[in-house]
Amino acid sequence: MPVDETLSTYSDWCYGSAVGVYVLAMLFSLVDQAFGRHGTRQAERTERTRELVGAGAPVEPPEPPERPEPATSGRAERARRFGRMAVALTVLGVGLHVAALVLRGFATGRVPWSNMYEYGATLCLAAVITWLVILRRFAIQHLSVWVLLPVIVLMFLGGVVLYTEAAPVQPALQSYWLVIHVVSIALGSGMVLVPGVVSVLYLIKVRKPEWAGRLPAADVLDQVAYRTTVFAFPIYTAGVIFGAIWAESAWGRFWGWDPKEVVAFVAWIVYAAYLHSRATAGWRGGRAAAINILGAAVMVFNLFFINLVVAGLHSYANG
Amino acid sequence: MIAFLRNTWRGLTSMRTALILLFLLALAAMPGALLPQRDLNAGAVEDYIAANGWWGRLLDRLGFFDVYASVWFSAIYLLLFVSLIGCLVPRTFEYAKALRGKPVLTPRNLARLPHHREGRTDAGVTEVMAGARRRLRGWRLTEREEDDGARSISAERGYLRETGNLVFHFAMLGLIGALALGKMYQYEGQVIVLADGSEFCNSGTYAYDSFQPGLRVDGTDLTQFCVRVNDFTANFLPSGAADYFRADIEYQTGEDLETGTWRPYALEVNDPLRIAGDRVYLLGNGYAPTFTVTFPNGEQRTQTIQWRPVDLQTYLSEGATKFDPPGITDPAERREKQIAVTGLFAPTAVLQGNVLASAFPEARDPAVAVDVMRGDLGTNSGRGQSIFEIDQRMVDQGRLERVARENLRPGEEIRLDDGTVVHFDGVERFAYLQVSHDPTQVWVLGFAVALVLGLVTSLTIKRRRVWVRATPITDDDGTGRTVVVLGGLARTDQAGYGEEFGRIADDLLEPEPEDAERVPAGRET
Repeated sequence: MPVDETLSTYSDWCYGSAVGVYVLAMLFSLVDQAFGRHGTRQAERTERTRELVGAGAPVEPPEPPERPEPATSGRAERARRFGRMAVALTVLGVGLHVAALVLRGFATGRVPWSNMYEYGATLCLAAVITWLVILRRFAIQHLSVWVLLPVIVLMFLGGVVLYTEAAPVQPALQSYWLVIHVVSIALGSGMVLVPGVVSVLYLIKVRKPEWAGRLPAADVLDQVAYRTTVFAFPIYTAGVIFGAIWAESAWGRFWGWDPKEVVAFVAWIVYAAYLHSRATAGWRGGRAAAINILGAAVMVFNLFFINLVVAGLHSYANG
Repeated sequence: MIAFLRNTWRGLTSMRTALILLFLLALAAMPGALLPQRDLNAGAVEDYIAANGWWGRLLDRLGFFDVYASVWFSAIYLLLFVSLIGCLVPRTFEYAKALRGKPVLTPRNLARLPHHREGRTDAGVTEVMAGARRRLRGWRLTEREEDDGARSISAERGYLRETGNLVFHFAMLGLIGALALGKMYQYEGQVIVLADGSEFCNSGTYAYDSFQPGLRVDGTDLTQFCVRVNDFTANFLPSGAADYFRADIEYQTGEDLETGTWRPYALEVNDPLRIAGDRVYLLGNGYAPTFTVTFPNGEQRTQTIQWRPVDLQTYLSEGATKFDPPGITDPAERREKQIAVTGLFAPTAVLQGNVLASAFPEARDPAVAVDVMRGDLGTNSGRGQSIFEIDQRMVDQGRLERVARENLRPGEEIRLDDGTVVHFDGVERFAYLQVSHDPTQVWVLGFAVALVLGLVTSLTIKRRRVWVRATPITDDDGTGRTVVVLGGLARTDQAGYGEEFGRIADDLLEPEPEDAERVPAGRET
């Protein structure tokens, strides 16, 4: 199947634009974070009672939270408006991001997550969409800057260092498991980036409250981190199992302690420890958050270090 | 003594210990990703040890190159295993008891609970209770008479959470057990078969190039089947990247072995042949050059031996094809006349100066760059040697000498000083096959599926309680009314119960909005 160069070029443009729009959204959100009034009102502590439409629902910018606002200063209100624009821009970025992947898929006639560049893009998309879904439940869009920052860094690295020309895949990847395994793993690992970031904010809030005047209450951060992790963990678990099933038919064994498998196992154990820590006296709160951060760090380590530095069966960086 | 054992047991089965063991397991697994491992790449381990001196030898002695078979790794997961059992046994009993138990008594002061609503209605106590029962269908509930005519319902839901949790953990135990059993009875063997109709039979370990038996496999009782590789097809993209591999094979097993029936199969990557509890995989491929040596006495010997690809982008391959001189019975004399053709093979040859390289993995213009060695190959020394290499020590000792160096295309030949002729006939494809046998992998899959189902159940279902108390009062104006108080508690740390509680309270307190006055909730998380 020949590669359609035109579509591939359009895909690259979309990717670049998505990163640009995310950067803009991050800057707008930064204004909101810096000058908006946050973390002071009780209203922020309560979660929105509006029904969550579901993860598969089309993502729209959440309406401005309806709460009886006291007359805030004009500056704070302007900053808030920036925050709302940041969310709208993020949605636009997601649109471009999706377009980049879809176009690459059509350009190559296969699923658009078959090398490191494409996989990174898919993973980041999962992270941003996760964040938008969270925003529908929790009025914390001024934190977008902290979520978009790592996403932009990952996408920049992906686009500059890992960029791979659109090409068909090697025989070992020609399997329907490429859809099932990689999607579930990318979803799981992309989603857990968000609780990783939120847990960092939680730790700051708890350990250094004097720095964290503009962060939401600790229990809100804890809730966001926990609920997202709990949603992502089974997806990730299933992804690892799908990987094992695929490995059984591609490599002759379902588990062989390939470096990627090892670190996937380690990450799984860390998240299992996170879940257990929340049921252990003395480990809730700060320690649990630290474990969550460790989990996200292991995931990123698995994505970059293991694929690029350690040679293994998962070294697909170049196609 | 008993106290000590009991304390040890308690310590081992506590959640804190389990957490620490989990961390240790994660930590102990890491070296397996960062250091080369013997079962994956023995050569890389030797290189690492050689390059790191005492440090490498120390790591080797501590088992860092066989992490998953090391004492410390096994110790951690065995402890975790015991800890898991110690945690699960009492929980199972508690669970069984909880299944028969009734929801707990309604607390005196429902206003203290995390979720709380209150309202008044004109309906009587009995009516309110009937409505609550209807609304709480599907909940396990008990109704109790209280003092001064009040009645209360205590309801609980989400027992499946604990079910899922237990299923998850027992599936984990089962999975580990199945893995351990698999390690006993599995085997794995690799073999290279020429794609010219050559056959391989799974009749014993001797048929393999390499074989890794499980602990209880001695290689005598392998599944009987034979495989014949008739043809090998490879397709490459213009960039040289592989696009498609297929080995056209035939196989026979069971009755077919007696009747001599062969059944065809297209063996592809991702599509192993599954027969008689074994799986046959196409793991690799390469080229096997054919050389014919005509000895001075006129006798000819032809061999087609696989050479190993050193570059998978171009299939530049290296190898050594070894010949014994025919008709010489004296071992000493034979050891002076052995011949090896060793060097590089390029499927699409390009010469850079006089150095052979390959431009493409397909055999478009094959060529070899070979040294012809004569002398003692060391094959009779009793030491095993690689089929891809000559024994370098023989060369160092001067017992094996290079007598020619030449680049050859098919049909070309080298004439040696004693009249021996080495002729490069052409090239054949080979398929690198792996046979795997693991009787417990289906169990592992079953447990893994149960594990995910249990996990999803235990993470999505909330164990939660709701209490409804209806107390008759007499209003200021003398009419009898009923105060309805609701309390709610999610028993696990998962929040989000607030919404459900709110809906229940709405339904019970505000069947018609003007009926009840709404008291705002205390804390909703």
